[in-house]
Order: sequence, then structure tokens, then C-alpha cells
Amino acid sequence: MDFVKLFELVVSSALINNFVFTMFLGLCIFFGVSKKMETAVGMSITFTAVMVVSAALSWVVYQFIMIPLDLTFLKIIIFIGIVAAFVQSADTIMKKVSPSLYYKLGVYLALITTNCIIIAVPLKNAGEHYNFFESMAFALGSGIGFGLALIIMASIREKLEVADVPAPFRGLPISFIIAGLIALAFTGFSGLITL
Amino acid sequence: MSIQKKSNWELLKNGMFGENTIFRMAISLCPSIAVTNGMKNGMALGIAVMFVQTMVNGTVSLMRNFIHPKIRIPIFMLIIAGYVTIIDLLMATYARPIYKEIGLYIQIIVAFASIFARAEVFANKNKVFPSLVDGFGMGLGFLLAMLVISFFRELLGKGELFGYSLISGNPLLIMILPTGGFLAVGLLMGFFNWIDMRFYGGKGASGV
Repeated sequence: MDFVKLFELVVSSALINNFVFTMFLGLCIFFGVSKKMETAVGMSITFTAVMVVSAALSWVVYQFIMIPLDLTFLKIIIFIGIVAAFVQSADTIMKKVSPSLYYKLGVYLALITTNCIIIAVPLKNAGEHYNFFESMAFALGSGIGFGLALIIMASIREKLEVADVPAPFRGLPISFIIAGLIALAFTGFSGLITL
Repeated sequence: MSIQKKSNWELLKNGMFGENTIFRMAISLCPSIAVTNGMKNGMALGIAVMFVQTMVNGTVSLMRNFIHPKIRIPIFMLIIAGYVTIIDLLMATYARPIYKEIGLYIQIIVAFASIFARAEVFANKNKVFPSLVDGFGMGLGFLLAMLVISFFRELLGKGELFGYSLISGNPLLIMILPTGGFLAVGLLMGFFNWIDMRFYGGKGASGV
């Protein structure tokens, strides 16, 4: 196993091909939960964990069930099913095993199914023919990248609360413009690693 | 929301302007930035969404009396995923060059909040025809938003529309970069908020 390659994959999916700023996925959640630092941190943790596990599950299903049975054209349905089932069961298990954790992170869990990144990662893993560890690294990097974006955005938006923004731009429009400026900064990462 | 008393025309108008997916509700934002760097891509995705939205609304409405409320979420998901697979395979066959650029985003339609929301809020409680009209209106609103955004981005970023060169000279490269997408959506959203506040006395987008 090539650890350097895996590390490169994590860094590139977190920074260079950051899902939010260069591929524009997961924007609904990105703008939805980046209002407060606390929710942003909770969301990033939950999201990264769910992402890694669901990527692993879908990799196994894809390699050992869908390819042998020639079912790859059903990948959209199957992956969304896996993710939804996993999120639902994680929700139930967490409620039973650790109510305090559920109280803190349960809200985000419910939101995750509507996040495009969660379905994009298995689809990309399947499309790029990553092996198991590469898929894990890609999922982890994507989760970290999303968390990073959320936390940067939340820290700016907390300051924005007291800023004097023109009325029509209050709320979402100004957040979009800020995200644009952060995206501009993120373009600086391109070319850091060439895979 | 109980049974809708609105006429079909009102439903259509509501989807296009009153509850426009991108500018008013601020959901399903991902593709509004990702595929709006050219009008061709924007239109292709808009049409795909329109198809999925209309068909999903119709199907959910047809089946609304048979779906047990407790398991409606997975069932809606499966219905949506089915139609997304159809449009995905259709596009992969008949629109190969466009599919190569926006293929991932076509598949992502499955996780669109707007489609799910309309199935849950409207189609699940209304008769088939109004649901179809509602889905069509929402899809049309989405298509319009995509066209408006990509119009500005392509015109300013490349000086072209649908690939035909219109303006010579140095275009604003920033508009077709990722940054430009965020800026364009932010500015347009602010502009529509301003219109709403100035002329209709609204409170601006109901977004987060």
C-alpha cells in the first residue's frame, strides 16, 4: 500500500478539489449550517464520520454485488438507498446507545441525506475505480474539506452579524459573495499536488 | 398545506416566481453554480430537472393513497432515483458531449432538496393534474434561474452566448471561474430581493 499516494489523495480532495469551492456540491447544507460556529463544528464531525462509513459500505456493495451481477447502471438508486439506510440506522442506534451524543449531533444526521456530497463521493469512487483504501482516503479528505469550508464560513458569518450590510443583501446574498471570495483564495491551491 | 385551491395558472406562476427554487427558496443551489458557466450546460440541466420534477410529482400523487406515511421518505427517494437514472441514461446516450461535462451533476439531482420538498409538501396531498402542473412550474422556475445565471456568466466570462461569440475584447475571466458563480448568484439574489422589497413590499428571500 502506498501511503504517500493516499496522503496526496486526502490533501487533494480536501484542498485542491474541495467539494464546496471547486465542485460546488453540498451548498444547501453549507449555507444552511454555517451561521454559528458550534453547529458548523458539529456538522463537520458528523458529516466526516457518515461520509467515511457510507463510502466504505457502498464500495463493498459496488465491488462484490453490483459488478458481479452486472447491476452498475443502478448505482444511483443503490447508493442513495445505502446512504439513507445507513443514516437512518445510525440515527436509531445513536438514540439508544448514546442519548447525549444524539442530542448534540442528531439534528445534523437527519440533514445529511439531502447533502449532495454524500452521494457524489460513492459515485466518484465508482467512476474512478479507486481501491478500498483510496476510496477511504477520498471520503476522508472530502469530509475534512467540507468541514474546513464550513468552519471558515461560520467564523466569517459570526462577524457578519454586526456588519452593516445593505438590506437586500442581508442573509444569503452576502454569504454567496463571501463564499466567492473564499473560492478565489482556494484557487491558489490548484497545482499543489498533481495526481 | 391543505388541499390547494389555486388555479393551474397560479400554480405555474408560483413555481416560476413566487417560490423560485434558487432565488426565493434558496435550495438546490449546487448546480446553480456548478453548471452555469455556459448557457448550453445550464439549459441541459434545467431541462433534466424539469423532467424529473414533473414526473416525480405525478408519480407521487398517483401513489399518494398507497404509501404508508411512515415509510414515505425512502419511497420518495426511490421514485426520484428511478427518474434520475432514466434521464441519466438518456443523456449519456443522446447528448454525449454535454453529458461528459455535467454528468456528475445529473446524477446528483437525486439529492435535490427541491424535488423532495415538492413531493412531500405538494404532490403527497394533491390530485394528479395539479401536481403535474406544480412540478412543471417548479422545474420551469429552476430552468429560468439557471438560464439567467448562465446568461450573465457566459456573456461576461467568455463574451459568448450558446457558444457564439458576441463581444470581442478581453472578457472577465473571473466570471467563469468558481468564484464568478458565487458572485453572480449572490448579486442576482440581492437584485431580486431589492425588486421584491422596492416594488412588492416583500421581506426578501426566505433563505437561511
